[in-house]
Amino acid sequence: MTLVLDGISKKVGASVHVDDVHLTLERGSLNVLLGATLSGKTSLMRLMAGLDAPTSGRVLVDGQDVTGWPVQRRSVAMVYQQFINYPSLTVYENIASPLRVSGVARSEIDERVRDAARLLKLEPYLDRKPLNLSGGQQQRTAIARALVKRADLVLLDEPLANLDYKLREELREELPRVFAASGAIFVYATTEPSEALLLGGNTATLFQGRVTQFGPTPQTYRQPHDLVTARVFSDPPLNTLKVRKSDGAATLSTGGQVPASGPLAGVPDGEYTVGFRAHHLNLEPTGTHEITIPATVSVAEITGSESYVHLDAGDHRFVALVPGVRRLEPRSPVTAYLDPRRLFLFDEDGRLASADPSQKAA
Amino acid sequence: MTGSVAIGPTDTKARATPLAMNKAVPRPRVNGRAIVMGLYLLFLMLPIYWLVNMSLKTNAEITSGLTLWPQDLTFDNYRTIFTDESWYSGYINSLTYVLINTVLSISFALPAAYAFSRYRFLGDKHLFFWLLTNRMAPPAVFALPFFNLYSAVGLFDTPWAVALAHCLFNVPLAVWILEGFMSGVPREIDETAAIDGYSFPRFFVKIFMPLIASGIGVAAFFCFMFSWVELLLARTLTSVNAKPIAATMTRTVSAAGMDWGLLAAAGVLTIVPGALVIWFVRNYIAKGFALGRV
Repeated sequence: MTLVLDGISKKVGASVHVDDVHLTLERGSLNVLLGATLSGKTSLMRLMAGLDAPTSGRVLVDGQDVTGWPVQRRSVAMVYQQFINYPSLTVYENIASPLRVSGVARSEIDERVRDAARLLKLEPYLDRKPLNLSGGQQQRTAIARALVKRADLVLLDEPLANLDYKLREELREELPRVFAASGAIFVYATTEPSEALLLGGNTATLFQGRVTQFGPTPQTYRQPHDLVTARVFSDPPLNTLKVRKSDGAATLSTGGQVPASGPLAGVPDGEYTVGFRAHHLNLEPTGTHEITIPATVSVAEITGSESYVHLDAGDHRFVALVPGVRRLEPRSPVTAYLDPRRLFLFDEDGRLASADPSQKAA
Repeated sequence: MTGSVAIGPTDTKARATPLAMNKAVPRPRVNGRAIVMGLYLLFLMLPIYWLVNMSLKTNAEITSGLTLWPQDLTFDNYRTIFTDESWYSGYINSLTYVLINTVLSISFALPAAYAFSRYRFLGDKHLFFWLLTNRMAPPAVFALPFFNLYSAVGLFDTPWAVALAHCLFNVPLAVWILEGFMSGVPREIDETAAIDGYSFPRFFVKIFMPLIASGIGVAAFFCFMFSWVELLLARTLTSVNAKPIAATMTRTVSAAGMDWGLLAAAGVLTIVPGALVIWFVRNYIAKGFALGRV
């Protein structure tokens, strides 16, 4: 099936939860909703599921208008961030519950429940109550229940956020694989850009209830159409600074002037915002024509084989992700190097003015 | 905290003196806690013991003087109650309207509490509070209007009269208790059930009610208890056919004077149902007194 959200909005009182969203989700596709907390991911999912009715706009399934249909009439499965199971039922009955309601034959229920349990490694726990299981097992139960239903639309609302690191890695790998066979539209909400990149598929970036961009995940990551999308899809946060271009030279808001090269070369004179990701800011020169920014070290965080170095440059705070363990004393002066070809250039309205077309940032 | 630190030195000195005296004159150890607890239990149990004690005595023994246990053990009082219709019908009448009331209260309170717990609607908070204010008026206020109304519609002297009148107090209480228990169940469970395909009634009975079973038990207990002990409305709204046991007990002054033993036996039997019901919900009572909000 194809799910089309046709200009849907959701307002609760004066606050806008979802703002004029147009999305087309294809059968068998994996779609990531990426956005910070309160950006409208959950609200959007609830509209897709039919748990809420949109204030305006239409929801179409295979061309049919299903706006306002009760959720029972739709083919939807959902997994929440909190581990939601029926506490009074065993794991087996929890997984079987959607099948029991729809009147599937007893033998088929058993088969499908055991298949799902095997896939999600729940077989030893089928007779237990969910509250006697670990968090990971509880969430697997919820996922298994979503799986057995063979719904056309599978919604996962930050399903791994409450799990510990190891389990999260494991389940994240399994999830798309588990649902891939079903041909369902798979929608996965997350706050983490890295999770979106790991899942692949398509990504819709959300900001204040609006979908700022929707497209294949790597493309959305590498070619953000505007500053907001670039910010949403950057972790650590996107570094930005202001430039004023005039007469073939660019004045940086951190001080200093550089020749207008890279994306800066092709735009008319004026004020721009430059955005660049942490791993494009280096502490050693890597090529020619680089922009150099004098800065002082604020903090250096070491994450095993890489270091996050927080830099102060004028009024700006930058983060550089550099390889290796760097022991840098706070307040020690450093020079940061930036390849102009790695820049995103946004105009005053935050729209992408220019990025180097050859950019293959990853 | 700082205060006690400041007076620390003087404090120790003051305590040092009696300690030294204790050493000089050894006294037998007295378990203060046991004494307090023992006295508490004694005062608590004494009236109940006295009631049971009386119910097993003859009237002659009761009126003749103080005896701590029955000198002349008799079960005649109980025999009378179980064989004389004017007595046992009192229990049947009471149980009838109590059960009707409990079932009515819970069945009305369940959907109401669900609405208060899950939906936001105009004036919901005010309405919710207003429910509880029904309990703030003494039952006597309502005795006259109820009497007049039920006489007019022919409900007077039926178990339904009392059962319906008690709903005025029990439905709000049950709504408050159940709302607390229901709000402890995550809303996502409702939604998951809807997504799974449960219709609302089916979800409510098969999924939701088992989750708040203890709440239903506690609410039922409170309805039962109130209805069982309430005397004023029960007596005003009945005369003969639906006369409750509490009314029977207060009217038993015969030509031969007070029948003490019989009254005591009736009293013991009146305690029993409450004690039985409380046994089933003993683990949830505290949460019930907190109106489900623990």
